[in-house]
Amino acid sequence: MNTLLEARGVGRRFGAVVAASDINIRIAAGERVSLIGSNGAGKTTFVNMITGYLKPDEGQILLDGRDITPLHPRAVTRLGVARSFQIPQLFGDLSVLDNMLVANACHDRRLSFWQAAQRPAALERAETLLERFHLSEHRNRYVSELPGGVRKLLDIAMALTGSPKLLLLDEPTSGVAAEEKFLMMDTIMTALGAERATTVLFVEHDMDIVERHASRVVAFYSGRVIADDTPAAALATDDVRRYVTGELLPE
Amino acid sequence: MAVIPFSSGPSSSLSRPSASPWRTLALGLGCCATLAVGGLVMPKWLTFLITMAAANGLVSLGIVVLMRGGVVSFGQGMVFALGGYTAALVFNKLGFTDALGLTLAGGTLAALVAAPFAPLLSRYRGIFFAMLTLALSMVTYGLLMKLDMLGGSDGFNLGRPTLLGYALPDAQVGYILYLLTIAMATVMALLARVYFDSTRGLITLAVRENELRVEYLGGSVRQAMVINFILAAFCGGLGGALAVMALGHIDPGFSFWTTSGEFVFVAILAGWQSVIAVFVASTALEVVRSFSSSYFPNTWQLALGLFLLFVIRFLPRGIGSLWIKRGAR
Repeated sequence: MNTLLEARGVGRRFGAVVAASDINIRIAAGERVSLIGSNGAGKTTFVNMITGYLKPDEGQILLDGRDITPLHPRAVTRLGVARSFQIPQLFGDLSVLDNMLVANACHDRRLSFWQAAQRPAALERAETLLERFHLSEHRNRYVSELPGGVRKLLDIAMALTGSPKLLLLDEPTSGVAAEEKFLMMDTIMTALGAERATTVLFVEHDMDIVERHASRVVAFYSGRVIADDTPAAALATDDVRRYVTGELLPE
Repeated sequence: MAVIPFSSGPSSSLSRPSASPWRTLALGLGCCATLAVGGLVMPKWLTFLITMAAANGLVSLGIVVLMRGGVVSFGQGMVFALGGYTAALVFNKLGFTDALGLTLAGGTLAALVAAPFAPLLSRYRGIFFAMLTLALSMVTYGLLMKLDMLGGSDGFNLGRPTLLGYALPDAQVGYILYLLTIAMATVMALLARVYFDSTRGLITLAVRENELRVEYLGGSVRQAMVINFILAAFCGGLGGALAVMALGHIDPGFSFWTTSGEFVFVAILAGWQSVIAVFVASTALEVVRSFSSSYFPNTWQLALGLFLLFVIRFLPRGIGSLWIKRGAR
């Protein structure tokens, strides 16, 4: 398969803290990759470096063979990388439908002073995604009134508006009640199933969800990659059991 | 289909689609026609008052364009003065007297002068943006005060303009300028409505809510802010040119900070949702100013302040929220 994303020797420090060290990862188009690791392991730093929000101190990040390391987030987004956030980043004083229309307008290269934001093609795309994420019933509600799980779904639906090549989901089930996590992740992955061209990287702490939805697992610890394999193989390694899942293993 | 349990009851239809463009056009043209016919029977003081309210309202409309993106300019007196001085100078020095041409020249020059500052200002938000724009207007005020060729602190007069090649007779000059001003206000109000409902207009609203997400969706926050600043300058320049023709005189006071403050007052009074509200608020200010300065010459600012406090407390989205619900853009 074609390599979509490649990190070559990527490193990043925050003062004395090593957030990323010599990260080398290749991700093929169409993969569903889960990034796992304890808090502070470097998962979100890695995501932020892919999107251009943080610049690596060393190394390169390539998308489709093109070096995207020096680009800012908007330029990276325009190359086909979209992300959702651990804390959903929405437009609180707008309705759910308007949030989707904003996403559509931002992806539109031919922004217009005249063309109505609510034009049929934009509405159709917005309605399709809302339907796919089971958000249609909320379309006219203000985001500020929505419960946390619905916000998470909307955050992801907005990221998907531009049919990205690579979708980064930063803890898509965090803040959601334990009994609702599986249903939520099923909803997300079912919705993503229709976007066959989209490669997905998701940061996740729940190993059951990882095993269920990832085709590959990359485990982080202290800014380093300690495992990169299929879920079953990666989760069985001593390092992952010791540093990620927190099992007490003899040294 | 799976039911998502993390929903919270039935949805409420609070937001609504934008009004039909044809309905908006009909409303705008209807208001314009009503005012045009009404102007035939109005006393002259009232046509002058509405002329000034519409001219000043154009400047406040520019502030509303900025407010939708989350910033407020305290220096729109600068573009108001630029528009006014341009119209007056073109009239006096170049001998070009057409009122419509002078109006467009005022708007265009104000936008051209503002454009180089737009990239710098687009980096700032909140009080920093407000203070920078205020600083620009006060620099303009200082320059205008010192430049004798522009009349210094006294300013200068301009004569009676023509319109489309016709000289305006004494008895009709006030009414014709009134017609031109309300026609220009109608056109700009309609264009503003179209812009607010457009893809760019929606992104402006999104910028106010969450700049980070706009960038992560591929939108350009700075581009939106630059465009809005230039559009606001164009509106302000138009207003300045129309005001100076109605007054027949211009002086540096056009750029003074209290003038800018009045434009902000009107914009806050109107809110950012309704275009018509801007002109309603501007008219209200002119009415209060006219009557209060006649009957309560030393306390009218007090009345204005109390009125503004009342609006902020009970209509935080401005008087436009009286007829536009929250969900509408």
